[in-house]
Amino acid sequence: MAHAPALRFTRPLVAILLSAATVFLAGCGINTIPTYEQNAKAAWSEVLNQYKRRSDLIPNLVETVKGFADQERTVLTDVVEARAKATQVQANIPPDILTNPEAMQKFQDAQNQLGGALGRLLAVVERYPDIKSGQNFLALQSQIEGTENRIAIARRDYISSVRAYNTEITTFPGRIWRAVMYPSAKEMATFDIPAEEMKAPKVDFGTKK
Amino acid sequence: MPADRRALPLSWAPRHSSVANKSAALLAALLWLGTLFGAAYAAPTFPALTGRIVDEAGLLSPQDRADINAQLAELEQKSTDQVAVVTLNSLQGYAIEDYGYQLGRAWGIGQKDKNNGILLIVAPNERKVRIEVGRGLEPVMTDAMSSLIIQNAILPEFRRGDFAAGIRAGVRDIKDVLLGDAEEVKERARISRHGEDLDMWQVILIMFWLGIALFVLFAVVQSISTAPQAVGGRRRRSSGPIVIPGNYGGWGGGWSSGGGGGWSGGGGDFGGGGSSGSW
Repeated sequence: MAHAPALRFTRPLVAILLSAATVFLAGCGINTIPTYEQNAKAAWSEVLNQYKRRSDLIPNLVETVKGFADQERTVLTDVVEARAKATQVQANIPPDILTNPEAMQKFQDAQNQLGGALGRLLAVVERYPDIKSGQNFLALQSQIEGTENRIAIARRDYISSVRAYNTEITTFPGRIWRAVMYPSAKEMATFDIPAEEMKAPKVDFGTKK
Repeated sequence: MPADRRALPLSWAPRHSSVANKSAALLAALLWLGTLFGAAYAAPTFPALTGRIVDEAGLLSPQDRADINAQLAELEQKSTDQVAVVTLNSLQGYAIEDYGYQLGRAWGIGQKDKNNGILLIVAPNERKVRIEVGRGLEPVMTDAMSSLIIQNAILPEFRRGDFAAGIRAGVRDIKDVLLGDAEEVKERARISRHGEDLDMWQVILIMFWLGIALFVLFAVVQSISTAPQAVGGRRRRSSGPIVIPGNYGGWGGGWSSGGGGGWSGGGGDFGGGGSSGSW
């Protein structure tokens, strides 16, 4: 008599408890660390994607400028070399770059160097009204501006998603989840804003020759 | 400790024990940290999204507004692309590129699953204009194309001081570009005809609840069939109300979709596409 009702209640009870546990655990943050981690990784992919896009635009730009101003070899060579280096660094990104500040720094340096060389090239172009007013160059210029803007936004999004992730794994409820469930979760590296970006862009009239 | 408690300036803090006081202090510290972070990553403030045209700087006459609104409504009806026109009194010290994408995200212009929003932003006091393109429209409204529209349609009118004409020309060109590619429009129309309103997450949510419902139902049926003959009334009471209310709750939540009322953004995302100009 006492046994029968117990059996009758057990199975639905287990089912309910299971579903309740799912909801409860999800609500109190067991999924937060992986979610933030995936967000940060997605944001990082977007950063790479936009840098790649910039890299892809450069050959066109170099060709356009070369046609008009062959004497600006130094600046053009700078851009081509910086691009080659950045491409090489990007191709050899270690898989743990997000948690490896040194690799991140190396990647950043290569991209900043490319950005600097590109900026000098665009400044040089200012001296050539023929290039500046060409339709081809105007289109290219708008694409490069747009890409730089996308890079800035992608970097900012990455920084904020890493901040969310790092905060989660080092503050109270997340810290416990990390210790219990995700011991391999490590703080991710963000970008430092390079010194050049803190200053207003400087127009360099070829003094680096 | 009473003196200590009286000295506490937090009038809303619970006055029961020092433990409560401590937790209140902790909470205050957390809140303070929160505002600190909030300030460090402060976003600009945005005007309220009152419709397709938010004319804060007052550049458009009612007639202009009605015309542009009709054009944009027609555009959205044909292609589901959302285009909004914003004129701003101030960019609050931000670059227009910086302000633009944040405004687009804050308003959520564009359908959520397509990110097909465009903002035409005019800041007459800073003499800046920008076409901010949602992620999904970047292949259609390329940077070069938006630059072309700004340089050739908008800026000449702005330079003459005729803001309304420039905005109208810009809207006309944006609309032409978005509707220009017949194949693209057909494709989009086909997708929207196929009922995109039931998107993947809703399907997953529904399947999730259905799965739970089936599982529980199965368990209930089995427990009933394995249970020895029991009193009928009691059995019905134990199995009846268990799952159904929760199930309906989840179902209703999954189907919630926008629409009705005034115009609002569909939740589209912006990633910095588009182009800016200055006059």
